[in-house]
Amino acid sequence: MGILEVKGVNKRFGGLQALGDVNLSVQEQSVHAIIGPNGAGKSTLLNCLVGKLVPDTGSVMFDGKSVLGRTPYEINQMGISRVFQTPEIFGDLTVMENMMIPCFAKRDGSFSMTAFAAVRNQKDIIEHAIHALEDMNMADKRHMHSASLSRGDKRRLEIGMCLAQEPRLLLLDEPTAGMARADTNNTIDLLKQIRDTRDITIAIIEHDMHVVFSLAERITVLAQGTPLVEETPENIKGHPKVREAYLGEAQV
Amino acid sequence: MLGLEKKDFTLLLIVAVMVVLAPFVLNPFPEGTAMAQMFNAGYPDLMQRFAIFGILVIGFNILFGLTGYLSFGHAAFLGAGSYAAVWMFKLLGYDIIPAILLSIAVSGLFSLAVGYVSLRRSGIYFSILTLALAQMMFNMAYSVLGNPSSSYNLTNGETGLQVYNSDPQVLLSTTDPNFPHLFGLSMRSETHLLIGNWDFTLNAGYYLSGLFLLLAFYVSIRIFRSPFGLMLRAVKSNQQRLNYTGLNTRPYTLMAFVISGMYAGLAGGLLACMDPLAGAERMHWTASGEIVIMSILGGIGTLIGPILGAGFNEYFKNILSKINDSVLHEWLAFLPDGFEDVMVTLIHPFVGKGWHLTLGLLFMMVIIFLPGGLVEGGQRIGKLFHRKKANTPSDETPTE
Repeated sequence: MGILEVKGVNKRFGGLQALGDVNLSVQEQSVHAIIGPNGAGKSTLLNCLVGKLVPDTGSVMFDGKSVLGRTPYEINQMGISRVFQTPEIFGDLTVMENMMIPCFAKRDGSFSMTAFAAVRNQKDIIEHAIHALEDMNMADKRHMHSASLSRGDKRRLEIGMCLAQEPRLLLLDEPTAGMARADTNNTIDLLKQIRDTRDITIAIIEHDMHVVFSLAERITVLAQGTPLVEETPENIKGHPKVREAYLGEAQV
Repeated sequence: MLGLEKKDFTLLLIVAVMVVLAPFVLNPFPEGTAMAQMFNAGYPDLMQRFAIFGILVIGFNILFGLTGYLSFGHAAFLGAGSYAAVWMFKLLGYDIIPAILLSIAVSGLFSLAVGYVSLRRSGIYFSILTLALAQMMFNMAYSVLGNPSSSYNLTNGETGLQVYNSDPQVLLSTTDPNFPHLFGLSMRSETHLLIGNWDFTLNAGYYLSGLFLLLAFYVSIRIFRSPFGLMLRAVKSNQQRLNYTGLNTRPYTLMAFVISGMYAGLAGGLLACMDPLAGAERMHWTASGEIVIMSILGGIGTLIGPILGAGFNEYFKNILSKINDSVLHEWLAFLPDGFEDVMVTLIHPFVGKGWHLTLGLLFMMVIIFLPGGLVEGGQRIGKLFHRKKANTPSDETPTE
């Protein structure tokens, strides 16, 4: 049993079968990549995992519990954190305030009415947030407006915010999309470090093969809404079905 | 002090001093002069409005300033608060404590219902929903629930709800003043301080409203600096991220909506305490629009902005509506006869009954040149002085 079990998931948008009978099992404490050409249904699958979309049929179990019918914040509180394709942070707030919000969510749950206590007196939250920023090497930037951070730093902050909640599963949606080579390499190093130092399972959707092959232990290839193969990176490289999905029928 | 940072405590202290000294500061011209007639604002009726509308906009700012949800129906809660207070006067007597408590509770309930429905949508759809629901409340108050011949005449329709001698007023004792009062102190009672040619009026109703203004301001500072306030700012900044960080945005926005509705209820109750009648026009959508204008004038999302915006709006409304054609002729008497008439004709649409036009133009100027409202204007002036004194970069935070 993996920590995440997807069984027989179908999702149809009008006449388009976006996902057709998807089965997927992500093992605990592994890095699992989902790759596939454009329109393969990668993002649809991810949205089904975090509660943004509900599959037509099938089941999605996280840690033995179904996530179907739950809202994104409930699924997050179960232990799944999501990193977006374009960094989603609180642009109007400072870096420190950004980091404090997941700390509050971890401590107080999905809603708490602490309207009369001052933020600056929440010693445990401040300590937690500073610690989480230090992990990301961002403690010196904590007074900055987060909107003024560089693209790479925004990504770092977003990943840091997800990690501050100590999730069991971290979902990354094309984390290096639109990044320069140097930023991409930094992100790979960061993710490697997270993989090696933390008790965490990572599922990553990616276009960039360089990223996938340097991180993943298992790779699922999705094409036209259906998983083609699930293999280790070594076996994926020369796999004929994968070549076919990416390059078409004709032999290269 | 009082659980506030030094900077915030200073701000509270400044507002407290402003409240205490307003009857003096707002009466700069000696009695009997033309300038005093026109520009003095230190009389009870107007100062009460400064304080009460200050409370209203402070509350509105907790919703609009922090979460970015623009409600176009807050006047309905103001009106509901007024009706509740007048009913207390009719049933129990002129003691203001039950009146104010009931007006806060009633507005809280109404805002809970309206917020529950309208917060299912955001942006323009939320604004339209609040506008529609508030207009429904206005029409209910104006006609359906206000038919004097029916058995459920809650609002007395067009005439407005007021206290009659035939009302029960079960707690009224013979020693109480025949006007809203706090422990026997009538809201109308006042002391005149005659210093030289100046006549300063110290009015009980004004100081009570001022006290509530300070309390409202203090609570709003605490909310701004609390984890709850941080979450509300996060709602404004990025709801998607908040949802995917395990936080449910709905109860946060609903609480902000109810709190601001209760502030409006308090303001409505106080209005009724200063003058014990309530009319449906207080709930009209133009009144809601005025609340939005006041909060934008002052500076959205700032602490002191709402008080400045409410004061600015009420003051200019007051003096502009006082200027009529004969006043204009008096002022422009030095011009040649024909030219004077032309000038009066030109200025006429902007003053007197046309005060909306001037206030609208002022509002446009603020939006275009000072998007951060009067607070931004103050900050720019402050920075100008700062630079002249010492050539060091200032480290002011924008959220004053």
